[in-house]
Amino acid sequence: MGRKDKPKLAVWKFASCDGCQLSLLDCEDQLLDIAGAVEIAYFPEATKAVQPGPYDLSLVEGSITTPHDAERIHQIRRDSKFLVTIGACATAGGIQALRNFKDVREFARIVYASPQFIDALNKSTPIADHVKVDFELRGCPVNKKQLIEVLSAFLHERKPNVPTHSVCVECKRQSIVCVMVAHGTPCLGPVTQAGCGAICPAYCRGCYACFGPKETPNVAALGCWWHDELDVPYRDVVRALRTYNAVAPPFEKESVRNEH
Amino acid sequence: MSSCDTKRPSRVIDRNALDDLLGTLRSRGYTVIGPRICDQAIVYDEIQTTDDLPVGWTDEQDAGSYRLKKRGDDALFGYVLGPHSWKKYLFPSAQRLWQVTRDGEDISLSPEGGEEVNRAFIAVRACELHAMAIQAKVFIGSEFVDPTYHVRSKNAFTLAVNCGQAGKTCFCASMNTGPRVDGGFDLALTEVLDGARHEFLVEVGSEIGAEVLGTVDSREARLEDQHTVDDIVANTVAQMGRSVDTADIGDLLKRNHANAKWDEIAERCLSCANCTMVCPTCFCSTVEDVTDLSGNHAERWRRWDSCFTMDFSYIAGGQVRSSTKSRYRQWMTHKLGTWHDQFGASGCVGCGRCITWCPVAIDITEEVAAIRRTEVEDATEPLKRGA
Repeated sequence: MGRKDKPKLAVWKFASCDGCQLSLLDCEDQLLDIAGAVEIAYFPEATKAVQPGPYDLSLVEGSITTPHDAERIHQIRRDSKFLVTIGACATAGGIQALRNFKDVREFARIVYASPQFIDALNKSTPIADHVKVDFELRGCPVNKKQLIEVLSAFLHERKPNVPTHSVCVECKRQSIVCVMVAHGTPCLGPVTQAGCGAICPAYCRGCYACFGPKETPNVAALGCWWHDELDVPYRDVVRALRTYNAVAPPFEKESVRNEH
Repeated sequence: MSSCDTKRPSRVIDRNALDDLLGTLRSRGYTVIGPRICDQAIVYDEIQTTDDLPVGWTDEQDAGSYRLKKRGDDALFGYVLGPHSWKKYLFPSAQRLWQVTRDGEDISLSPEGGEEVNRAFIAVRACELHAMAIQAKVFIGSEFVDPTYHVRSKNAFTLAVNCGQAGKTCFCASMNTGPRVDGGFDLALTEVLDGARHEFLVEVGSEIGAEVLGTVDSREARLEDQHTVDDIVANTVAQMGRSVDTADIGDLLKRNHANAKWDEIAERCLSCANCTMVCPTCFCSTVEDVTDLSGNHAERWRRWDSCFTMDFSYIAGGQVRSSTKSRYRQWMTHKLGTWHDQFGASGCVGCGRCITWCPVAIDITEEVAAIRRTEVEDATEPLKRGA
């Protein structure tokens, strides 16, 4: 490693469900190895002990949804040598970005007795819209094997093996029968980035695109196929694209196009 | 494999004898792999008896569509082809090549040992035998021999089956790769279902095939049995759903690299890589080095990759083929054209899997015909960089 001290790790939370942080704690067999390889300097989800920055590696979960968070992320960036965003919220705005298609003040009026105390931004945005991000790890939640791979790559100063190709490649490598071709089940796998291990198709369900758009996605062609050949109404194409990665640009563009 | 090259069925067996034959293979140490139904498709997996086969089932295929259907008889091999090809056994989709461990100053490297499993492949079709021969040329046909492919293919027993029907996406007849098996097998069956008669005509393709056949009850084939095979195969040819005009095909594709058709295909193509994954001849892979957290253990893995992924053509400075158009064109031109230049034969065996399993029904036979139809006279315009 060539380092005298263990690198300091910080884990930050923005607007999110904590599921990606839990994925890190869920690395049961490797937890001791992780604790041996890095100094867990800031990780409120796991420990109250907090060490001051700067940090060698920051993992950032969640999206930016408040003016306060929009400020806070800049300080974290200044305190972090490497900044890696983890999960759909941090990399694409998350499910809370559904607000981006509506007026958030209307929601606040319906939900809260005193909406004047809610100080929320109109849009939920990914971390990379605010600061420079060194690596984005996709998923809702992230895959723990990929998370370990990113940590290992960071520790040994190499590129992480995190492919950006389709889920289809994962299906075929595992001999999973294509649910769309063999069952007529609408599946987002052909436009979705691999990483989950094709969990849903492995259980004969279509992919929900938890890992967001793959490299060079042709969402328009898949949407047409769903509508024309699988009899999926356009409103359901829109719904399928508006989940955890609703404002990832290729999904947003196609869902807006299909709305009309 | 084919040391005694009889082109005609010499023996006839029934289903009980076929079960005995599978038993013989198991007793000789083979893991017996054949077609069986899983998740509404006929896939290749381990089988024990003929009861595991898709008895009485067939598959209806078209571009982007595959459905199982009941046949109304007890045919064992009355289907066409499923999503899997035998390459998953000969060229595994993920394979550790070696691992290395550091202990203080000591570094110990351990390559993966040769695999001891012998496999018997049951119900291999003519197009698949040709695909195996094509991959064998790639993996073990030069001075650089892939050890995995070498061991696995050398130790395999191949029980082929002549196709008794063709699917809508089949075009082996026009690629000269079927539907009749013409070598590369140990035994080849033709299933005969005629009223109460349910028998299998057997051709022997190797000495080991003859030995295995000799362990089960069989009767000698008659002259009319030989005609029966001809009739069945002729009927299958007549059912062939698609065809490709292969005349001049390599030059046709090279001349047409600027054809506007490629742009139209790219509008539909998802660049999902399904066509290459299901193709029984596609052989591309990526090699990944991984470390563990401690850095004291590293492994090198080989995984199936595809010319449709961005990483595949990444070199210093960027991707060689960044557009979907250039990736599809590369795949099809290589498969049907430049494969001849590289390996002396076509890379396509006409199995139709790339058509059936394309999620949006892109049809290689239709695209070849479209390129032929729309050939432009000034298609000699130089290839644009990054196009």
